[in-house]
Amino acid sequence: MSADFAVDRQAWRHLADAQVNIELDTGDMILNLGPQHPATHGTLRLVVRLDGERVISADPVIGYMHRGYEKLTEFRTYPQITTLINRIDWLSSFANEVPFLHGAEMLMDIEAPPRALYIRTILTELSRIATFMLFLGEMGLQVGALTPPFYGFRDREHVLNLIEAATGGRFHPNFNRIGGLKDDLPWGWINECRNGMKVVLDACDTLEELVAENEIFEARTRSIGIIPREVGAEYGVSGSNLRASGVDWDLRRDGKPYLVYPELDFKVWTHPDGDSYARYWVRLQETREAARMVIQMLDRIPSGPIMAKVPRIIKVPEGEVFVETENPLGQMAYYVISKGATGPFRVKIRSASFSNVSILPWLLRGVYVPDVITILGSLYFILGDIDR
Amino acid sequence: MPKLPKPKAPGLIGGLGVTFKTMLKGSVTVQYPHEREDPPTRARGVIALKEENCTVCMLCARQCPDWCIYIEGHKEKRPPRREGGRERTVSLLDRFDIDYALCMYCGICVEVCPFDALFWSPEYEYSEAKIADLLHDKEKLGEWMETVPEPEPLEVGAESGKK
Amino acid sequence: MELAVDVGWGTILAIKTIVVLAIIPLGAIILGYTFLLKMMAHMQSRLGPMDPGGFHGWFQLFGDGIKFIQKEDVMPAESDRRIFAIAPAVVVISTFLVFLVIPAGPDLVVSNLDVGVFYALAVSSLAVVGVLMAGWASANKFALLGALRAGAQLIAYELPLLLAVVGVVVMAGTMSLQGIVEAQQNGAIFGWDGIGNPFIFGQIIGFALFLVAAQAELTQTPFDMPVAESELVAGYMVEYTGFRFLFFFIGEFGTAFAFAALAATLFLGGWAIPHVTDPGWSNVLGPIVLLTKVMLVAFLMFWVRFTYPRLREDQLQAVAWKFLIPIGLVNILIAGALKVAF
Repeated sequence: MSADFAVDRQAWRHLADAQVNIELDTGDMILNLGPQHPATHGTLRLVVRLDGERVISADPVIGYMHRGYEKLTEFRTYPQITTLINRIDWLSSFANEVPFLHGAEMLMDIEAPPRALYIRTILTELSRIATFMLFLGEMGLQVGALTPPFYGFRDREHVLNLIEAATGGRFHPNFNRIGGLKDDLPWGWINECRNGMKVVLDACDTLEELVAENEIFEARTRSIGIIPREVGAEYGVSGSNLRASGVDWDLRRDGKPYLVYPELDFKVWTHPDGDSYARYWVRLQETREAARMVIQMLDRIPSGPIMAKVPRIIKVPEGEVFVETENPLGQMAYYVISKGATGPFRVKIRSASFSNVSILPWLLRGVYVPDVITILGSLYFILGDIDR
Repeated sequence: MPKLPKPKAPGLIGGLGVTFKTMLKGSVTVQYPHEREDPPTRARGVIALKEENCTVCMLCARQCPDWCIYIEGHKEKRPPRREGGRERTVSLLDRFDIDYALCMYCGICVEVCPFDALFWSPEYEYSEAKIADLLHDKEKLGEWMETVPEPEPLEVGAESGKK
Repeated sequence: MELAVDVGWGTILAIKTIVVLAIIPLGAIILGYTFLLKMMAHMQSRLGPMDPGGFHGWFQLFGDGIKFIQKEDVMPAESDRRIFAIAPAVVVISTFLVFLVIPAGPDLVVSNLDVGVFYALAVSSLAVVGVLMAGWASANKFALLGALRAGAQLIAYELPLLLAVVGVVVMAGTMSLQGIVEAQQNGAIFGWDGIGNPFIFGQIIGFALFLVAAQAELTQTPFDMPVAESELVAGYMVEYTGFRFLFFFIGEFGTAFAFAALAATLFLGGWAIPHVTDPGWSNVLGPIVLLTKVMLVAFLMFWVRFTYPRLREDQLQAVAWKFLIPIGLVNILIAGALKVAF
C-alpha cells in the first residue's frame, strides 16, 4: 500500500475513537461478495476486507463455473467442439467459434470462400453489438438506475432475432464449420439486418441520453477505478478496457489479418481517462462503430458458395497453430495442437476475462464499497469466460 | 473528493424526457400464454424423425456431443428385387430415443444424417412436469414431423443447390 | 359540524381515526399499483401485472398483502426481540401521525392544529428512530451499517425540507394547514384572483427543494443507498420477512402518500378548488381534488425514481449540506421579498 493510504488510515482511526459508540469501530471486516450475488455477473466470489466503508484488500475467487473445456476438447471432434465453445462467452457466442475454426482451417490450408468470410464477420459484429447492448443497459443497473437494462434488452432482441433467423439459435448459433458456414442466409435477411442496425443506432442514442449524459452517473463513474496504461498492459487487460486507458490497440486492425477486417473501413475508439466512465463511453462508441461496419458489409457482400471443398470426414493434419482475435470482451486466443485425428490433441484457450479480472486486487484497494460494484460492472467480464 | 451534481442539469432533464417518451410509446411485451411470437423457420426447437428414411447407420448417435440419442435396431430379410436375385437385408429401428434433458440443440445429428431422416422443427412448447418425460421415443419424434416447415428460399447471391 | 345524528366528539374522533387507518394502506396500494407497478413498467417498455384480478392486474398488491400475512414469522436468534417487533410499527405510526393533520376538506381533518406544518415535519422524523431500531435489533452488521447510513441521510435532509416549508409559511402567514389552504384559495397573484394563489408559482424553488428532500426522506433513488445496495443486501430491512416487511412496505408508500399530500397542500392548494367556497360541495369534492393533486406530485417523485442512478453516500451528504441548504436560505429571502413587496 502506498504511504498516502497509510496516513489516511491513521486519521480514520482517530475519528473512529472519537465516536461515542466505540463498538462501531468494527476494525477489519471480511465481506464475502459471495458466489451468488446480483452484482458480480455470475458466480464470482470476491473476498473483501473492509475498514468501515473502504476496501483494504480484495481477492477474487474463481472456479465456481469451471466446466473443463480444455479436457472436453481432447475427446471430441471439431464439429462437436464448435458446439461446446459457443458456451464459453455466452453473450457473444459466435465470436468464440471464429478463432478456433480459423485455426483449424489454417492447419488444413483451406480458405473459406469470400461470401462465407463476409457473413462470418457480419455475425461476429452482430454478436459484439448484442453483448455491448446488454452492457450499456446493465451498467446503469450497477449504479442504481432501474430503466436502462430494460432498454438494453429490448433493443437487443432485434439483433438476437437476426442471429436466430440466420443460424437457428439465438444464443448458441453453432454456425461455423471448417471451410465456411453451415447454411446461407434466408431470404430477406439483408434488409432486416439494415433495419435492425437502424434500431441499434437509435438505441445507442437513447442510452447515451439516459445514462452517459446523466450527471449522477458521471459523478458515480468518473475517476473511479482508473487503470493506468502500463499497469493494464502488465496485467494483461485487453479489449475495450485497455482502449479506455488510451492504448490504441485493436487486433482487428493491428493483429494478424483474419476475416474481412483488412478490407473494412472502421475507427478504433480510445479514451485517455481510464476510469469507469471511459470504459462505458468506449463501448458505446464501439457499438455504434459495429453497427456501421455491418451496414458497410451488407452493401459489399459478394455472391458465391458458402463452403469450401472439404472431405466428408475431416482429419486435420498434424501441426500447431495460435490464433488470437478481438472478441467483444477482449483478446481471445486458441492454441490448437493437432496430431492428424478427427479431433484436436490439445486446445488451450486464452480467455479475455480471466486476465481482466486479475487486475481486481490491485484496482480495488482503497475504494468505497459502492465503487466496487461500479468497477466490477465497468470491467465487464463473463464468468463462463473466466472459468471455462 | 465527492463531486457535486451541477446546478444546471440538462443531462438530468434529458433522461427524464427519455423515460417519459418511452412511457407514452407503448410496450413491447408479448403476453405469452395469450399471445405468441412465431420463431423463425430455422429456429432449433425440436428434432423430428422420419422413420422410413432411417437405416440405423448410428452416425447421429456417434456424433452427438452429449450422447443423448439411443438407437437399437435389427436386421430383416426382404425378398429380392428381381427374380433369382439375392435376398436383401434391411435394418429397421427398434428404438430411437432422444433425451431432450441432455440435448444441446446443436444440430450435428440433423446435419450428419446421410439419409435425411432427421429434421429441425421450431416447436418449443414441450416442457414436462417430470424429467423422465423429456425422453421422446420413436412415435413422438414421428409426430413432430408434422411441424417441420418447408425450407425457406435463400438470400440473394447464394448459390442454389446448397443443402 | 352539523350532523343529522347527535354524537359526542369521542365518536367522531374514533370514526376519523379509523378512516385514517384505512386510508394509509389504501393510499399505499393506490400509489404502489399506479406508479411502482404500472408507470414503472410503461417507462421500461413493458406492461406490468396484467393477470391478477383480470383487468390489468389490479389485484396484484392485494394478493401480495395476503401472501405476506400468511408467511412464517422469522426472527434472527441473536436479535433483540421486542425492539425487532416494534420497529416497523414505529415507522407506520409516524406515517399515521402525519396523516392526522392533512386536510381533505374544510371539515375533513382529524385535528386542525395551529402549528400543523411544524407538527407534521417533527412527527415524520420519528421514522428515523424506527429505522435505527430495525437496524440495531437485527443483530446483523450489514443491517446496522445500512441503518446508520439511513439515519445520517434522513437527518441531513430534514433541514432542506424545513427550509422549503418556511418559505410557504412566510407567504401564508400561518402554520396551520387549513390556514395555508385557505390562503391559497383566497389569495391573488399580483392582484389577479382567477385561480387564487397556489404557492407553487411564487415558491417554485421551494417546491423543487421540497420534492428533492422528500425523495431523500423516503430513501428513493437517487437517494436510496441505504436500501438498494447497502453492503449489497437490503439494508436495514434485510432480516424482516412476512407481516413485518409488509409494515415497512406500507410505511414506505404510506409516507410517500403523506409527503405528496403535504406537497399538494403546501404548494398546490390542497383540497381547494378556486371559487368553490360552499362547504357542502367542498367536503365532497375536496378529497377527490386532493387525490388528484397527490397523484400529480407522486408522479413527479416516481418519475425521478425510475430514471436516475443513485448517489453514493458521501455525494448525497454533500448535496444536502453544501447545495440544498444554501438554496433553501435564498428561497426564504425570496419568499420574504414577495410577501413584503406584493
